[in-house]
Amino acid sequence: MESGGFDTHIIFHSIPFLAKGMLLTLELTVLGIGGGLVFGTLLALCRLGKFRALAFAAGTYVNFFRSMPLILVIFWFYFLVPLVPKLLFGMEVEVGAFQSVLIAFIMFEAAYYCEIMRAGIQSVKVGQVHAGQALGLTYRQNMTHVVLPQAFRNMIPILMSQAIVLFQDTALVYVVGLSDFLYSADIVANSENRLMEMYITVAIVYFSMCSLAQFLVRNLQKKFSHE
Amino acid sequence: MEFTYNWDWAILFCTVEDTETGCIGPYFYWILEGLSWTIAVASAAWVIAFPLGSFFGILRTFDKPILVVVPFVKSPIYFRTRAIGTSKGIIWVNVAWFLHGFANVYVTIFRNVPLLVQLFLWYFVFPELLPDDAGMWVKRELPLPEFWTAVICLGLYSASRVAEQVRAGINSISRGQQYAAMAIGLTPVQVYRYVLLPVAFRIIIPPLTSDFLGVFKNSSLALTIGVLELTAMTRQIEEYSYQGFEAFTAATVLYIGVTAIVMVAMRVVEGRVRIPGMISLEAK
Repeated sequence: MESGGFDTHIIFHSIPFLAKGMLLTLELTVLGIGGGLVFGTLLALCRLGKFRALAFAAGTYVNFFRSMPLILVIFWFYFLVPLVPKLLFGMEVEVGAFQSVLIAFIMFEAAYYCEIMRAGIQSVKVGQVHAGQALGLTYRQNMTHVVLPQAFRNMIPILMSQAIVLFQDTALVYVVGLSDFLYSADIVANSENRLMEMYITVAIVYFSMCSLAQFLVRNLQKKFSHE
Repeated sequence: MEFTYNWDWAILFCTVEDTETGCIGPYFYWILEGLSWTIAVASAAWVIAFPLGSFFGILRTFDKPILVVVPFVKSPIYFRTRAIGTSKGIIWVNVAWFLHGFANVYVTIFRNVPLLVQLFLWYFVFPELLPDDAGMWVKRELPLPEFWTAVICLGLYSASRVAEQVRAGINSISRGQQYAAMAIGLTPVQVYRYVLLPVAFRIIIPPLTSDFLGVFKNSSLALTIGVLELTAMTRQIEEYSYQGFEAFTAATVLYIGVTAIVMVAMRVVEGRVRIPGMISLEAK
């Protein structure tokens, strides 16, 4: 096979295949953000809460995951964690590659979202909390109706930036061979011996999507800071 | 089917080849070797990232026009379109705009492409784009090609992160400092050298530390192009011995250990170089 020149034909030819990969990437991103946000908020509430033991546990969790490379976390959840139920209860549990990687992402990103949420919650003025208490709101009402809505608003730009980071991080599922966008392109690249075309295409697609998202985030930021 | 996992922590320290237990080498040395590669990649990348990132970060803080006189006829078209003033045969160009734009483009490109994709571009595509001789040299004669590719890729990528921190650090210094420095007659270079940078670099020690730890963690991506760093080594031990839990635990502990050491060390450094009354500066 001749391999000189830049073959655009192969790129157009593999669009349906790549689109399928992109779908998986987006799915992983959205589910990862959703799960990470929920879990991260819970962690942040634990960290700022009254119970010392819970706060300590959440703090340890965050520091633990923040000092590990994402690849190692993915390896843990892909190769070893599915064995744990078998070890403990002798149960046979089938965990698909997608599920284990998704759990790895949620656990990992939750540590980062927790730090963002913590900063967000702390950015809400204490007076707001006191006012809520004065109105006779319970802790839960105070959090859900007063503190968290404001915290989310303050944190939207940073949360969005972290979402872009997560979108880029999903490319790492390459290491366990889950066919996301990058891995699909890699399959085409290697089978057709068109590494240059495919990798450049991948880079351009990621770049345009991330730049667009960043542009939107920046506009959002302006809108929020004007208020 | 009964499934049992044979915990065998001693496997990490076994020295005698034994097919029964799955020991084919002193795994302990593999892990140490992996760790040293990880540290080598991370530190070499930081040597690129820190100066380059600082440079771009400083460029991005230029907000005053820097006018340069350029011969009109010879100046390239993009200079001519940015001309601020014209006179016979020469134009004045605001170079700050150009430098600023260059740094912005750099940061945007390197931040918006996933690191793994960048790594593949450097490793598989970059040698093809070079002129034949240079491409050949990179492919055939460059010693440790995987290592150097990883270092350069990680270094350039991290430079874009450092640039953001440096810019934020300089911008967080109140304007009065800069005006005061200019008022006592310092040149722009001196303003940066003696007033802005010494303060900015102190302010950004904590975020820079986490950037360095980011480089340290990101160096694990190098395993995809075949650098046998810590994560790759533990993966290999898992494959040879089936003792995944032990190997991965060892790697996890080492990553956490190095992170903790770096954080403690940087906190000491931060304390040592603190300027009295710094807090007020930070709070502006």
